[in-house]
Amino acid sequence: MNQALFTYLVRLGDNCLILSQRLAEWCGHGPALEEDIALTNVALDLLGHARLWLSYAAEVEGSGRDEDQLAYLRDAGEFQNVLLVEQPNGDFGVTMARQFYFDLWYSLLLRELRTSRDERIAAIAEKAAKEVDYHLQRSTDWVIRLGDGTPESHERMQRALDDLWMYTGELFQMDAPDTELRDRGTGPNLEHLREPWLQHVTKTLSEATLSVPGETWMQRGGKQGVHTENLGYILAEMQFLQRAYPGAQW
Amino acid sequence: MTPEEREFQQKIDAGIKVEPKDWMPEAYRKTLIRQISQHAHSEIVGQLPEGNWITRAPTLKRKAILLAKVQDEAGHGLYLYGAAETLGIRRDQMIEDLLAGKAKYSSVFNYPTLTWADMGAIGWLVDGAAIINQIPLCRCSYGPYARGMIRICKEENFHQRQGFDIMFTLTRGTPEQKAMAQDALNRWWWPAVMMHGPSDAESKHSAQSLQWKIKLFSNDELRQKFIDQIAPQAEYLGLTIPDPELKWNPERGHYDFGAIDWDEFHNVIRGNGPCNRDRLRTRKEAHEAGAWVREGAAAYARKRAIREAA
Repeated sequence: MNQALFTYLVRLGDNCLILSQRLAEWCGHGPALEEDIALTNVALDLLGHARLWLSYAAEVEGSGRDEDQLAYLRDAGEFQNVLLVEQPNGDFGVTMARQFYFDLWYSLLLRELRTSRDERIAAIAEKAAKEVDYHLQRSTDWVIRLGDGTPESHERMQRALDDLWMYTGELFQMDAPDTELRDRGTGPNLEHLREPWLQHVTKTLSEATLSVPGETWMQRGGKQGVHTENLGYILAEMQFLQRAYPGAQW
Repeated sequence: MTPEEREFQQKIDAGIKVEPKDWMPEAYRKTLIRQISQHAHSEIVGQLPEGNWITRAPTLKRKAILLAKVQDEAGHGLYLYGAAETLGIRRDQMIEDLLAGKAKYSSVFNYPTLTWADMGAIGWLVDGAAIINQIPLCRCSYGPYARGMIRICKEENFHQRQGFDIMFTLTRGTPEQKAMAQDALNRWWWPAVMMHGPSDAESKHSAQSLQWKIKLFSNDELRQKFIDQIAPQAEYLGLTIPDPELKWNPERGHYDFGAIDWDEFHNVIRGNGPCNRDRLRTRKEAHEAGAWVREGAAAYARKRAIREAA
């Protein structure tokens, strides 16, 4: 098995799956009916991506596991999503800040993956990129509207962006699998995404009358399976039926 | 009847649709606002019992289907509020009435979803009963409502099939899964049967609504149709409907069924169901927690309009 490729695909899949799971918690609780529908839409798109990445990961692994076994039968230490996506929904501002940081990074990554030497990755990225461009447009709009809305919405948006900032460093960190895939022309150098990411953040926050959060110590570990306390609860909920009724078909 | 009312009734009798700008009796307008907004509220409150299982769906495919389904319900709410707005009421007002407990929604959503099998039972029975109520409404006299219902019914058909498919899979599964399916049928059967509303003799609004063609069949006719449709499906699944008196009557060409506990029905409508308080509280909390977001967006829109005008 190509371990580095497997790890890379699992990370992509886990990011999408865990963020989708978080967004799905909003279903029926959105601040307006249109937003409820839009949040669910993004959750559905990301769940679709998660299934594509995890199914491919399972094929690369070649040991007979499928998307569901990867999603439902791994424990927290084997999940390799970035810490950002597992952070709680908080208020709508926190959800939008998390979404904005993620959408921007994911859209930059997908743009690069469209020219991956791995054709399957390129094809998934091509399909996903169109959806994520729309997600990014939406989360960017919300950051601007809430930043430049009322004093309360401004303050909440700023606090959300500040609180989540420490989880953004990990997005651009390279480790051994990332380096191996970059050398093979399968994936980009993640460090190179930082500059365009920061440019879009700076431009958006300036339009939103918000400030770019200051330098801080960046958290890390999600990509290596060392998570925040949140992930255990997410999995306990998500995996409940598969764990309680082992081997059942649903 | 005034000459206007007579002309209005003739139009309805001739099968001509009433459109928003046409003259209509005040009572027709009010009845439709009540009916359409109740239907919209049911879609919105109805997101909650199923939303309860999205994060626990047992496979990624089931999760995707359930998410899409609950999203459809929100979409139905949106078109229905839109249809009601054509009658001269604002969505904000309707939502306020719901949150204040003045407007009703389908009582069936005041029951809890306790297991995954409830996702099957809701799709199969609750959406199944809803479709039977709603198909005739595609031909109702009010144009915007009739057209909205055509789209809604198409999606509801898909919802019912996914519910049946969940039940089918469970009944072919392990003994625990089969028991889960039977338990869900036991709990959802009577609430679903009650969804067609009180018996004709007791129904407050029926006669006038039939005359105006905003109702095309009586509650009892619709209920019979539902039971006739579901009984053989339950048999096919190998599940037992929790009504010892349910049996095929060859003379009537219909299933006979046992007495409905209308006392429970009226109590749930009055707010005494297991989840009435929770459902409304959840809606209220979502609405209140979203106030700053709506205000922020509105403030931004105002600033932008001023900047654009300058």
